[in-house]
Amino acid sequence: MANDPIKQFRIEPIVPVEIGGLDLSFTNSSLFMVATVVGASAFLIASTSGRGLVPGRWQSAAEMTYEFVAQTLRDSAGNDGMRFFPFVFSLFMFILVANLWGMIPYFFTVTSHIIITAVLAMAVILTVVFFGFWKHGLGFLKLFVPSGVPGVLLPFIVVIEVLSFLSRPISLSIRLFANMLAGHITLKVFAGFVVSLGSLGVVGVIGAILPVLAIIALTALEFLVAALQAYVFAILTSLYLNDALHPSH
Amino acid sequence: MEAEAAKFIGAGIACIGMGTAGIGLGHIFGNYLAGAIRNPAAADGQFGRLIFGFAVTEAMGIFSLLIALILLFT
Repeated sequence: MANDPIKQFRIEPIVPVEIGGLDLSFTNSSLFMVATVVGASAFLIASTSGRGLVPGRWQSAAEMTYEFVAQTLRDSAGNDGMRFFPFVFSLFMFILVANLWGMIPYFFTVTSHIIITAVLAMAVILTVVFFGFWKHGLGFLKLFVPSGVPGVLLPFIVVIEVLSFLSRPISLSIRLFANMLAGHITLKVFAGFVVSLGSLGVVGVIGAILPVLAIIALTALEFLVAALQAYVFAILTSLYLNDALHPSH
Repeated sequence: MEAEAAKFIGAGIACIGMGTAGIGLGHIFGNYLAGAIRNPAAADGQFGRLIFGFAVTEAMGIFSLLIALILLFT
């Protein structure tokens, strides 16, 4: 296909590095991860360096982001969950900025690769497991045994709880990756409609107005999805951390 | 039947799952809205739970979309 909707996700090395048979090249994915970290840091450092008592526009934006994530974490994991605030806030900012960089045409979307989101999800789940066992010892296993369940049902409930816990890293990583992937593919497919209709002459060009309007609407939707997925990742992280902090429910 | 044709049919069938996930999402947002209109004061406090239910339900639709994409592009 001339305009392959998958081509935008291709990882290409920019600075080829190979150490001991391992391909450690600096790729376009690495470049945009660096851009994400630089963008998030620059936003937060530059906007809060003034430290005005009456915040300006940029400082308000940074403070609102901070307060938004802090409120999410406090609501779902309680006040002792605030010790994980740097972790959750970093995850939220990284995903949000990576998603928003990806919205610029010709830019690479870091979060549209499952390996990136899988690593983020594993970081969350391993934190939950290690912190849970470190804090509560074997009491952490109470997470899988809900109280007040009749004895006959208990074995089934335990199996279901274990399975649902095991599927968490999978669903956490696939949700983010598939949302970004599907959204960007949809944009490219509609853009392909415009190109192929435009080559049909005057009637085609008039007909191409419809997909152009659809692309505008989809781009707006994608901005919503980009922010929403970062929020969903942050809130699910908070809920899972709540399990590690208070396993008996 | 050619394998290529079967792939496209399979991708189409996999997309039915997205429609059913859409039904579930409609239930979630519809019931949230019904509750929010009855008691608007309590609506904002439940927004986090709304998004949690949305995320967990949407995951099912996304899984079937993923199957469709794998069938189409690999």
